[in-house]
Amino acid sequence: MWGFYFNELVRSLPFFMKGLWMTVAVSGLSLIMGTIIGFIWGIMRTSKNKVLRYLIGAWVDLIRGTPFLVQVFIVFFILPGIGIELEAFPAAVIALTNLAACFICEIVAGGILAVSSGQREAATASGLSAYQQLRYIILPQALRTILPPLVGQYVLLVKDSSVVSAIGVVDVTRVGWLTVQRIPEGIMVFGLVGILYFVICYPLINLSNALERRMTVVATKL
Amino acid sequence: MLEAFNFRVILEYMPLYLQCFLATLWLSALSLLGALLVGIIACAMRLSKSRTVSSIAGAYIEIIRSTPLLAQLYFFYFGLPSLGIMMPEWATGIIALTLNSGAYYAEIVRSGIQAIPNGQIEAGIASGLNYFQRMRYIILPQALGMTIRPMLGQAIVLVKDSSLLSLISIVELTRAGQLLTSDRFMPAEGFLTTAAFYLIIYYMLKGFSSWSEKRLIFREAH
Repeated sequence: MWGFYFNELVRSLPFFMKGLWMTVAVSGLSLIMGTIIGFIWGIMRTSKNKVLRYLIGAWVDLIRGTPFLVQVFIVFFILPGIGIELEAFPAAVIALTNLAACFICEIVAGGILAVSSGQREAATASGLSAYQQLRYIILPQALRTILPPLVGQYVLLVKDSSVVSAIGVVDVTRVGWLTVQRIPEGIMVFGLVGILYFVICYPLINLSNALERRMTVVATKL
Repeated sequence: MLEAFNFRVILEYMPLYLQCFLATLWLSALSLLGALLVGIIACAMRLSKSRTVSSIAGAYIEIIRSTPLLAQLYFFYFGLPSLGIMMPEWATGIIALTLNSGAYYAEIVRSGIQAIPNGQIEAGIASGLNYFQRMRYIILPQALGMTIRPMLGQAIVLVKDSSLLSLISIVELTRAGQLLTSDRFMPAEGFLTTAAFYLIIYYMLKGFSSWSEKRLIFREAH
């Protein structure tokens, strides 16, 4: 029986590949948009505008304090109630982008604050505008602190993308769930699902660790 | 949208919510205890001198960290019965949560222990402290002080992750929102109330985290 199920599973590999593609699409889109928004929010969070800082901080807290599953349900079930009708895929991308932006915002703000204030003062004294300070002085140095946790965050977000299977996005996890109804060998089916995630996440984890080592070496050389 | 928001339904469902709130609390608390235990054991194994023991723990940690919790949850939920092991859903849920967070706790404990310079342990030996005295007075107070924040951070993650248990039909907070959605078709009331309950736990843990940090830094300064 085991062999039969194994053959069945091999036969449904194309289905799993489609799911993998969906996982890559959802998390890839959300990561790109989330990184852009996260950087903007992170810069705003360290700005002098108190209202802006407070608003972003409060929003980030709300998102970090609630489970992603609940956020996905809120986007998918509640937005239609106020007139925004969404398919599962855009709902998933919106929820994941927002989550990514909130976590990346904190990482970026932390990186910017880690740059010593003398740098900013020196830049001001040299007559650089606020934009020039950010572009040439603050961000290049902050990036050293930001990059390793940013890649680590990407891993968490790829994993979080599995949650969107709950609203019917056919990603790897959903494919596994559908397949296990037909091939009742949970260990085999979800073992395969696990391997597919591992293939994406493991290199990213190693990249994050390598970046961390590299960045610390560079930092101590200075 | 606000005038359509039905507070009466929320009041009507409040007993269910409180019951589910308690369910989330005890599911998370049990998993947290288990995860701490698994984390300490896995960390001890990871730091062991035996290559085999160390690489077993390493493989466990890497596999858990590279795959999503939802896939792990389904792995146990569908996999254990196919091995002939039958257990109630809540037990499966706790096992998955425990093993998942255990890997993260192993890394947190390891970072805490490794952050203590060897010289301190050697100084402890030279002062004639025995193993337990060194642990009690030198290593643990410092390791705990350094790891209390990441540990509480992981506890927050664990509470939020417990929302995934609703997907294997365990009745907890997120499930309460789903019930309100399916019974009355009131997703806004259902999921926003769910989110509010999670936020209570989040702010409590967060407050505790910053309180404990202040206290520990205070103690260190003396």
